[in-house]
Amino acid sequence: MNAAPSPRPFLRLRGRSFVALVLSPEAPVAAWVAGLDAQLQRAPSFFAGRPVVLDLAALTPQEPDAASLVAAVRARGIHLIAVEGAGPTWPGAEYWPPPLIGGVAGRVVEVPDEVPTHTPAEPAALVLAQSIRSGQTILHAKGDVTIVGAVASGSEIMAGGSIHVYGALRGRAVAGIAGDPSARIFCRRLEAELLAINGFYRTADDMPAPLRGRPVQAWLEGGALNIAALE
Amino acid sequence: MSKVLVVTSGKGGVGKTTSTAALGAALAQSGQNVVVVDFDVGLRNLDLVMGAERRVVFDFINVINGDAKLAQALIRDRRIDTLSLLPASQTRDKDALTPEGVARVLDELREKFDWVICDSPAGIERGALLAMYHAEVAVIVTNPEVSSVRDSDRIIGLLDSKTAKAEAGEKIDKHLLLTRYNAARAARGEMLKTEDVLDILSIPLLGIIPESEEVLRASNLGAPVTLNNPTSAPARAYFDAVKRLQGDSIAMTVPTARRGLIGKLFGRRVA
Repeated sequence: MNAAPSPRPFLRLRGRSFVALVLSPEAPVAAWVAGLDAQLQRAPSFFAGRPVVLDLAALTPQEPDAASLVAAVRARGIHLIAVEGAGPTWPGAEYWPPPLIGGVAGRVVEVPDEVPTHTPAEPAALVLAQSIRSGQTILHAKGDVTIVGAVASGSEIMAGGSIHVYGALRGRAVAGIAGDPSARIFCRRLEAELLAINGFYRTADDMPAPLRGRPVQAWLEGGALNIAALE
Repeated sequence: MSKVLVVTSGKGGVGKTTSTAALGAALAQSGQNVVVVDFDVGLRNLDLVMGAERRVVFDFINVINGDAKLAQALIRDRRIDTLSLLPASQTRDKDALTPEGVARVLDELREKFDWVICDSPAGIERGALLAMYHAEVAVIVTNPEVSSVRDSDRIIGLLDSKTAKAEAGEKIDKHLLLTRYNAARAARGEMLKTEDVLDILSIPLLGIIPESEEVLRASNLGAPVTLNNPTSAPARAYFDAVKRLQGDSIAMTVPTARRGLIGKLFGRRVA
């Protein structure tokens, strides 16, 4: 079977325009770079994903710090697509991106001050003035959990920090889940099914019988989970 | 050859968990390697009835999710070492049971045990359907009352349509276990008669467990009744049921509590 004469591969081209930002450093260079840093501090993501052209027309290669300017701009994560207003006589010009053709001058771009996204500070401690029912899980990955009430059999308290139960602890208490060996578990009455701190655990079966029903604390020491009465 | 058995009923409170524990312990006492699996995720009880609640670290859902190995979650009974428990999770719900996860865990259990006894949750939803799906044998726990019988009938319909065996065009082996049977009340017509239940459900009778305080006492002590008091009337009824399950032919009687010093057994022939 004869292959049909293959047509010339069709190259589909489309135009797309982006607005490039033009940075125009002025002397003294060190002060200008400090100003750029201050701007980045206020609006850290302003230059992210935007093409930037560096216009050196206002500078001469003899200006102090001018030679390192391109490197300084790049080091701040700014995506340089071209350097203009400077000849190939500039030191380091061979490492610059090739010049671009065309381009239309645009308006002056105002750099907005970014409002830092407001993250409400997570409360260090979680306090629950209620009893925890069977089947409930209280998960507080950062900080301590305090329960003013009982923790029922079949429920689970998990805390990044310590666990305090002002009532009978009949369920599971898992403290230091974020890897905190200094976390402790305190309860008014030990009836727990399981106590765990930073991965070390004891089931009800492994707890000293005389401590049952008593106020206790549990902590890690010597690579083991210790339980002792609080009085 | 291992067998997967589901203990199911549709209705709640008829004695599924009690029967799972009693049958499991009786089978294990006969030398079989037995595991009882709690499918009642979110409302687990089998650990309490088996007296293992103080030893639970990992559960069925942890194994399904790959957080723990099966061997880490299995709890071996301290009284009979051929009896093990795979506890359910109390903090999750039935959605945590995935068909693939259940299949994988049951396959692994089949390799280790002669009997895998699945304690079904009440209802006809996801948990109950997954508990029965892999079973070859079903024990339908029924009380001699109309609501329980109708729910059992519904479950039998599901066993015949929604299990792997049914989907393969085979029949699942079904047995009726009549629990909380009170001979005196049945005689007075306050309960459905055994014949009536059998007539409605038309599946073979595995045993009749008399209503007894022994069952309640054993549950509260965290021991299957067949372990706690093997000579009690309900325990003897469970032992007979297990023999029938293993293919023995034993006359159907309702054991009653022993009376008098000689401990004479009053057996009443009922079916």
